[in-house]
Amino acid sequence: MKIQPIKILLVEDNPGDARLTTEALKEGKFHNQLAHVSDGVEALAYLRKQGNYHDAIRPDLILLDLNMPRKDGRETLQEIKSDPELRRIPIVILTTSKAEEDIFRSYDLHANCYITKPVKLEQFFDVVRNVEDFWMTIVRLPPN
Amino acid sequence: MTMVNVHPIHILLVEDNPGDVRLTQEAFKEGHHQVSLHVVQDGVQALQFLNREGQYQHAPRPGLILLDLHLPRKDGLETLADIKKDPVLRAIPVIMLTTSKDEENVYKAYDLQANCYVAKPLDMGQYIDIIKEMMDFWITRTNLY
Repeated sequence: MKIQPIKILLVEDNPGDARLTTEALKEGKFHNQLAHVSDGVEALAYLRKQGNYHDAIRPDLILLDLNMPRKDGRETLQEIKSDPELRRIPIVILTTSKAEEDIFRSYDLHANCYITKPVKLEQFFDVVRNVEDFWMTIVRLPPN
Repeated sequence: MTMVNVHPIHILLVEDNPGDVRLTQEAFKEGHHQVSLHVVQDGVQALQFLNREGQYQHAPRPGLILLDLHLPRKDGLETLADIKKDPVLRAIPVIMLTTSKDEENVYKAYDLQANCYVAKPLDMGQYIDIIKEMMDFWITRTNLY
């Protein structure tokens, strides 16, 4: 088991979902450092340490929503996965969409996994914790 | 737990070690998921299976691939690279499943767009547990195409 806190970047425009994800991660069994941005433009600025984000820490894992203003999850995913500096960071798509088209497109653009957000609160918590658990304990993350 | 995927899910295991194949089969049995497991021994066979060549002309498209790193003929990283640059195959999630903890292999696997990298424990009981937890996550939590 890894002792270092996992660094997570949450890209989510819905304040309610962002808050629930933050709470779920806070209550999880692992120590984590969570950063939150609300769209793809900010996510890329964060990852490239531009503007306000010059002190940003490279995340071990990205949780990415699909439907967002300015630059949506699909474009953001594509941009991260075609950037030789960033493409190794695992991206978990976390979205309300269950559309086959979105699932296929996301894997096609090299999303590491695709997860539908449950509507029920308790299930939502379970899913977020399960995601953290999986990437923390089962998987070997790329060297950061 | 809600099942998000349509069953059974076809899984392709690319593994040359018979002991590891056996343990993986046991883990699947214990996991009680409706899974149809197909086993091939190396990267050349894996690509034949995926491209439905030769004896594999009726092979289903797998929902998930479990790929070992050290394989004869075509190794895991070469096979991964071939899958992930093929527009027809690249959307299939590939889980690297290997005893190697070599950071360089982990780096290369993610660089070639492996969906995740799982180190196989040497202890048999732990091995089965890891496979079970991993499959639980992929089968019940993620949406597969």
